[in-house]
Amino acid sequence: MKFKVNTDIALTHLLTRKRQTLIASLGVTVGIGIFIFMISLVVGFNKDSDESIFKSVPHLRIYHEDEVCKPLISEKISGYMPVIVNPKISNLSNNLINPDKLISDLKHQPDVVNVTQQVSVNIFYNNGKSQINGITSGVNIVEANAMFDIESVMLAGDIRDLLTTPNGIIIGVGIADKLNIQINDYMSVISSIGVGKVLKVVGIFKTSNSSVDDTKSYINLAVAQQLLKQSSSYVTDIYVNIIDPNKAPNYSAKFSALTGYKAEDWQAANESTMAKKQTRKVMFGSISFAILLVAAFGIYNIINMTIKEKMNDIAILKATGFSGKDVMNIFIKETLIMGVIGTVLGLLVATVLIHFLSKVYIGGDVGFFPIDYEKNVYVAGAIIGMVITIAAGYIPAKNAAKVDPIEIFKK
Amino acid sequence: METDKKIILRAENLIKYYYEPVKFQALKSISFKVYEGEFLSVVGKSGCGKTTMMYILSTMDTDYEGELFISDEKVTGKKSDYLADIRNKHIGFVFQFHYLLPEFSCLKNVMIPALKLNKYSYEETEQRAYEKLDLLGIKDQALKQASKISGGQQQRVAIARALINDPKIIMCDEPTGNLDSKNTDIVVDIFSQLAKDYGQTIIAVTHDKDFAVRSSRTMEMKDGEILSHGW
Ligand SMILES: Nc1ncnc2c1ncn2[C@@H]1O[C@H](COP(=O)(O)OP(=O)(O)OP(=O)(O)O)[C@@H](O)[C@H]1O
Ligand SMILES: [Mg+2]
Repeated sequence: MKFKVNTDIALTHLLTRKRQTLIASLGVTVGIGIFIFMISLVVGFNKDSDESIFKSVPHLRIYHEDEVCKPLISEKISGYMPVIVNPKISNLSNNLINPDKLISDLKHQPDVVNVTQQVSVNIFYNNGKSQINGITSGVNIVEANAMFDIESVMLAGDIRDLLTTPNGIIIGVGIADKLNIQINDYMSVISSIGVGKVLKVVGIFKTSNSSVDDTKSYINLAVAQQLLKQSSSYVTDIYVNIIDPNKAPNYSAKFSALTGYKAEDWQAANESTMAKKQTRKVMFGSISFAILLVAAFGIYNIINMTIKEKMNDIAILKATGFSGKDVMNIFIKETLIMGVIGTVLGLLVATVLIHFLSKVYIGGDVGFFPIDYEKNVYVAGAIIGMVITIAAGYIPAKNAAKVDPIEIFKK
Repeated sequence: METDKKIILRAENLIKYYYEPVKFQALKSISFKVYEGEFLSVVGKSGCGKTTMMYILSTMDTDYEGELFISDEKVTGKKSDYLADIRNKHIGFVFQFHYLLPEFSCLKNVMIPALKLNKYSYEETEQRAYEKLDLLGIKDQALKQASKISGGQQQRVAIARALINDPKIIMCDEPTGNLDSKNTDIVVDIFSQLAKDYGQTIIAVTHDKDFAVRSSRTMEMKDGEILSHGW
């Protein structure tokens, strides 16, 4: 109630100068619109690249790290130094000891949503004379599907057929094409240690990531163990998914300590992807920041101009009893209103831009342009828009508060 | 001298210098008193310092030597926001060059100091503003934009604005400069009545002999000094 008259005055100022009001607001609109659009672009892009990563990479991977041979005597004996000439990677098996216990331990950890074990085998896929090499994962297909959503990329067949077909295999579409294999065909595989098997193709998947589609396949855990001539307790990797994949690095040390093996987070495993992500963020962030800065300067300018033109009004208001605070309040309100108008329009502009871009078909493993309405980005955009406008209006408003009516009247 | 009356405004040795373009003493130690309910007119040649003095009395100009008391309260040296509050509550001011807010209606111009005071509801304030405009014979202009009425009409709107908060003191710098004799009479009548019936004090600078004659006291200035208090 106390400031109602100030609002009244602010509104009259804005309404009698509709054009300037609109121009200043549009400055914010462009700034905020482009800011939200750009950031949504980055977020959408990163989300898409994360999603495609998580089609084949878990949030954390626990495995037995290769070790270089070390001397057995570790302490120095005076005058001698224990040395192994030309040390090699130790030939010990890569399996994780007592995997069932590790898995149940991990499953009881907070924030863990999914744990699955697997055996990775380097193999050759054969059909007649043609042969390509690749990697097969021995998995419990239901668990693996829960983690990688294999079902969503299936081109033919059903992942559950792997459960009913012990000697089944699900292959990438690249392998199928190159070896000219259809679903329900039989194909032979040979592991890196020379064990061969004939498997029935129960499914073909397509991730649109050619490096996966051309090499990757899924088989039953037991078959993978046989391909390596190992017992049924042989497991090379335990995969863990947690609630928030971005927090994976926080868990790697913890899980290492828990299991006694190396726990590698996906960020560490995909450093180059992460670096690209960071670059994108910084690049787009600085561009939109620059645009915001220009918008802020526009607002500052217009408010400054308004105040210069309104010196007489300010003097009269002060003469009739308005305090410096009131005057400041009036001009802050004017900025605020322009900020709100500009921001709301900015949100609309961003929405329209995002809408159109999301309809653009890119193709490849991207499909439609990976952009989406991100609530957080909208909230951030709205907050930044308002903060910038208030900051831009604050300085001129503060100066308006200091206007000495006498100086104006005497001019 | 009416010694039983309350002193509403007291000036003690007011000295004012202007420094631009050269140092110039516009007021030379002015001292005087004004009693409650007085209708004081201030006369003097152009450039003798009337406007300069009025700005100090109105508390807007704080750059002076000497002391100023309003209702026994020393206002010299008070903070600007506090002074703004005093002006809002107790002083109505009509400028020599009628300053209105050009983008607002006449009615709004009159209402704004009252809305700031926030003593009456919006509707009551509007009602009161209409009454003041009616008093000055410009009710029919109420909804016109202030920049779109004649000079004399603007002057009367400014007077209506000065009256809206029922201030203890109404200060005017040539309030009738642009008015014909009929409207000047109206303004003088209003001022006399406010002083007599409501005990409001009027201090008005004027060049108009008739106006001065009809006030209750006329103070004369010359070259930054008071020539006669008019007792
Ligand atoms: N802002 C200013 N800077 C410098 N000198 C000023 C300023 N304002 C007024 N003066 C000078 O001070 C003196 C008094 O001026 P003031 O405006 O008070 O006169 P006045 O009595 O109101 O005259 P008028 O009847 O013409 O309005 C004048 O000589 C004038 O030149
Ligand atoms: Mg003057």
